[in-house]
Amino acid sequence: MDAKVATPTADKIKVAVRNLNFYYGNFHALKNINLDIPEKKVTAFIGPSGCGKSTLLRTFNRMFELYPEQRAEGEILLDGDNILTSKEDISLIRARVGMVFQKPTPFPMSIYDNIAFGVKLFENLPRVEMDERVEWALKKAALWNEVKDKLDKSGSGLSGGQQQRLCIARGIAIKPEVLLLDEPCSALDPISTGKIEELIDELKSDYTVVIVTHNMQQAARSSDYTAYMYLGDLIEFGPTSDIFMKPRKKETEDYITGRFG
Amino acid sequence: MSTTASYESRLAMHRHRKRINNVALTLSLGAMAFGLLWLVWILIETVRMGLGGLNLATFTEMTPPPQAEIGGLANAIFGSLTMVGLATLLGTPIGVMAGVYLAEYGQSGWLGRTTRFINDILLSAPSIVIGLFVYSVWVARMKSFSGFAGVLALTLIVIPVVIRTTENMLSLIPNAMREAAYALGTPKWKVILSITLKSARAGVMTGVLLAVARISGETAPLLFTALSNQFWTSNLNEPMASLPVTIYKFAMSPYENWQKLAWAGVFLITVGVLALNIVARTLLRNKH
Repeated sequence: MDAKVATPTADKIKVAVRNLNFYYGNFHALKNINLDIPEKKVTAFIGPSGCGKSTLLRTFNRMFELYPEQRAEGEILLDGDNILTSKEDISLIRARVGMVFQKPTPFPMSIYDNIAFGVKLFENLPRVEMDERVEWALKKAALWNEVKDKLDKSGSGLSGGQQQRLCIARGIAIKPEVLLLDEPCSALDPISTGKIEELIDELKSDYTVVIVTHNMQQAARSSDYTAYMYLGDLIEFGPTSDIFMKPRKKETEDYITGRFG
Repeated sequence: MSTTASYESRLAMHRHRKRINNVALTLSLGAMAFGLLWLVWILIETVRMGLGGLNLATFTEMTPPPQAEIGGLANAIFGSLTMVGLATLLGTPIGVMAGVYLAEYGQSGWLGRTTRFINDILLSAPSIVIGLFVYSVWVARMKSFSGFAGVLALTLIVIPVVIRTTENMLSLIPNAMREAAYALGTPKWKVILSITLKSARAGVMTGVLLAVARISGETAPLLFTALSNQFWTSNLNEPMASLPVTIYKFAMSPYENWQKLAWAGVFLITVGVLALNIVARTLLRNKH
C-alpha cells in the first residue's frame, strides 16, 4: 500500500483517488489528494467553506467538465478504472455514479416523469415495470406515501424537503453504484433533514454513499468514514468515530471542537 | 459616546427621506400618467373611429374602389394572416435554434459573440431597411412584388426577436437544473430539449408572440415586397394585400369610405396585437 494513501479500512474499495489535483483556471483547488472510498459505506467530507470538499465530490462524476476553465489531473479509479481518462461515454459513467445537489431541482414535469426520465435513458421498460420502478424509488426515498395519489402532478409543487427526496428518488431510480450527496440537507428544515439522514442510513446497504456536509453532527450521525479537508488538502481520513473521538491531527480536532472554522 | 442614535436625529433623517420619497413618487406618477394619457387616447380614438366602420362586410367583402357603397377588408385580413402566419412559422424554428445555440453552446466562443452582436444589430435595424433589402435581392430579381417577398421580409424581423428572447429565457434557467440532468447521464441534446427548453417554454412562447405582435403592424417592409392587391389572392407569387399597407393607402386618400375602412383596419390590428400581448404576459406570469 502506498504510504500516502488514506485507506481507513479493510473494506472493499469502490472509488480510489490517486494524486488528484484540481484547478479552477489558475487556482489550485485540490492538492494531491489520495483517498479510498469503501464500498457500501457512507463516507462524509467535512471542512470549512472553500476547502474543496464539493470540488472533490464533483470530480467523481466529472461534473466539472461542464465548465471549460475547470480541470482535474490524476486518477479517480472506479472499480479500478480511471474515469478521468476513460474512453467510456461520460453518460454511462454518470449512470453508475449518481448525484444529488444542494438545492432541490425537480424537472419541469410530473412527479412520475421526474423519476422515469432518468430510467428511460438507459432502460426500455414496459409500462408495468416502469410503474414498479417509480414506486420502488419513491418508497426508497421515503416519499411514496406523500405523493402516491398525485404522481401526475408537477414536481415543483412539492415542499422543499419533498423535492429533495424526489431528487434522491430520481437518482436511485437508475440504480447507480455510487451516490454522491452534495450538502443535500442544507436547504431543509430539521424534520426533512432527519428523514433524509434515515434514508442515507438505509441506502448504504445497496450503495456506496459519499456526502459533503457543513453539519458536523450530520457527519457524526450518518457516516462510517469521515475526511477532513482544509484549503484543498486532505488533512485526515478515517473511521468517523476516530475522527470525532480521537483525531490524530490538531487541525482536525480544532475544527470538530469548533475552535476553528 | 452614546451607543444609540438620538430620537431627534432619527426623526430628522426620517422626515428628510420621506420628503425625497414624496418628490420621487410624484415624478414617477406624473411620468406614468403622461404615458397612459396617450395610450388611452389612442385606444379611445381607435375604438370610436374603428367601430363605426366595422360590420360584417368588413370581413366578407374585398377592398372597394373609391366612393363605392359597400366593401370590406377580407383580402387584406387574409393577406396579413397568411404573411404573418408564414413568417412566424419560418422564423420561430430558426430563431429558437439560434437562441439555443447562443445560450447552450456559444456563450463565450467567437462564433457566439459574433452571432450575438450581429443579431443585436438586426434587432434594432429599421424595418424599412429590411424591406429595401428584400426588394433588391428578391423583388427586383423576380421582377414582381409578391406575397412571398413579404413573408421573407417579415421573417427577417421575427428571427432576431425570437433569438434574443430564447437566449435570455434559457440563461434564466439555473445551472443547477442542467447539472442535475447531466448527473443522471443525460446527453446534452436531451438536456436541452427535455429540461432547459421545456423549463423556458413559456418565455420562448412569449418571445414568439411578441414577434407576431411586432410584424402584424409593420408597413414599411411590406410596401417594398408584397405591395398590395385590390383583390383576393392566395397565390404567394402575386402581390398580396395586408392590413397595414391597406390602412396606409386608405387613410391617406380623400375618399370617405376608404378612410372608414382604414379605421376599421386600425381597430382590428390594435385589438389583435393587444390580445396577443395579454396572452404573452399571462403566459410569462404563469411561469413565475
